[in-house]
Amino acid sequence: MKTEAIVFDVKKLNLWYGENHALKDIEFKIMKNEITAIIGPSGCGKSTFVKTLNRMTDNVSIARTEGEVLYHGRNIFDEKLRVEELRTKVGMVFQKPNPFPKSIFENVVYGPRIHGIKDKKVLMEIAERSLKHAALWDEVKDRLNDNAYGLSGGQQQRLCIARCLAVEPEVILMDEPTSALDPIATNKIEDLIEDLKKDYTIVIVTHSMQQAARISDKTAFFLMGDLIEVDSTDVIFTNPRDQKTEDYITGRFG
Amino acid sequence: MRKEYFKTIKGIENKMLEMALKSEESIEKAMNSLINRNLPLAEKVIDDDIIINNMEIQIEMSVVKLLTLENPVARDFRRVSSVFKIITDLERIGDLAVNIAKISIEIGEEDFIKPLIDLPRMYEIVREMLSKSLKAFVENDVALATKVAEKDDTVDDLHLQINEELLQMIADDSKIMDQAMKLMFISRYLERIADHVTNICERIIYIETNRVSKHEF
Repeated sequence: MKTEAIVFDVKKLNLWYGENHALKDIEFKIMKNEITAIIGPSGCGKSTFVKTLNRMTDNVSIARTEGEVLYHGRNIFDEKLRVEELRTKVGMVFQKPNPFPKSIFENVVYGPRIHGIKDKKVLMEIAERSLKHAALWDEVKDRLNDNAYGLSGGQQQRLCIARCLAVEPEVILMDEPTSALDPIATNKIEDLIEDLKKDYTIVIVTHSMQQAARISDKTAFFLMGDLIEVDSTDVIFTNPRDQKTEDYITGRFG
Repeated sequence: MRKEYFKTIKGIENKMLEMALKSEESIEKAMNSLINRNLPLAEKVIDDDIIINNMEIQIEMSVVKLLTLENPVARDFRRVSSVFKIITDLERIGDLAVNIAKISIEIGEEDFIKPLIDLPRMYEIVREMLSKSLKAFVENDVALATKVAEKDDTVDDLHLQINEELLQMIADDSKIMDQAMKLMFISRYLERIADHVTNICERIIYIETNRVSKHEF
């Protein structure tokens, strides 16, 4: 395993929400240009785990962490690390599309503007590149000044992905990005995720086992705060090592 | 829990076992018909073949439906996809029983050119292989499936021995050629049945180990 291929090296990560031990001694390596799917029943810690990777859990006052999450060798909990910088490199797309109540164009260039880019031409280039990358350009290029709320749910989600891409992240975290979308919009996002893999490292939380099987290279199974098993996706879905994984993916749980 | 889904898988497996028993019954009747000169029994084997064929189609449809609608994974997938392959072997076993029955009818009232000793012996081995392979499937028994598959060599040896003996008899007396050839065919059909049983055993090993052991036996 080449060290430069490791994007995140999670070491003995523990997280508590007050008394609730939500992540327990997680050991996990996330590799460059791979799609890692996180599966597990509700409340197993999968969203918490993903949110930890760009310190979204900082926003939860009762959350407390122990252990290390090394991002290219640097512990993200290091006090000297600027969380804004981390979140520029590690972007996030949520379950429900959450565009800002602004134009399509303004949504995409929101991040670059905050980073101080004012040149209209540069911003336009960023918008075009990001929207193309998010496979939305052809659908919106003639109405960039329209309000983003006028887009369909699937388009809004791709807009959120474009907004995430505009600041040129390295990693994209996705928390059930298609669960609010219909099958056609879901297919588009899944195709997009496949395309994005060339340039980005993607971690996706999904409740759809078939989605994990379809699009990911690695699959990790979480259960009650434990990382039960992580392996290449075909191994997880053909011959998992742990009986608990087998029981979950075949529907023998609960 | 996906109760209906588990019930469907169990149902498909039970149908397959039913089909296996029917195929086993056909070989038994075909060989009984030959050994005991019971021609109506041979007719029954030929008539019943359509039942086995229909069972194959019915099971195939159920498997296709399950694969499409339920997306089985891991061990469930290995079981169901194995059923999908095993039914082809069972259907072929049924056809081979029909071939034996047809030869039994062709020999008809003729006297045998020699007392049948090795063919019944071969049949006993093949029948035991089939019934033990089904036991191995039901009980998820890899060791038993491996043992049964290894028995295929014994059947192959017997087949060669029977052929050599009959060829020698033809060389000594060409008048017996016609029946000798028929008995050689029966030996061949039994040998093929053992091959299909070996395929079934390989599937059982795959279900339990996720390893395709094809062409190892």
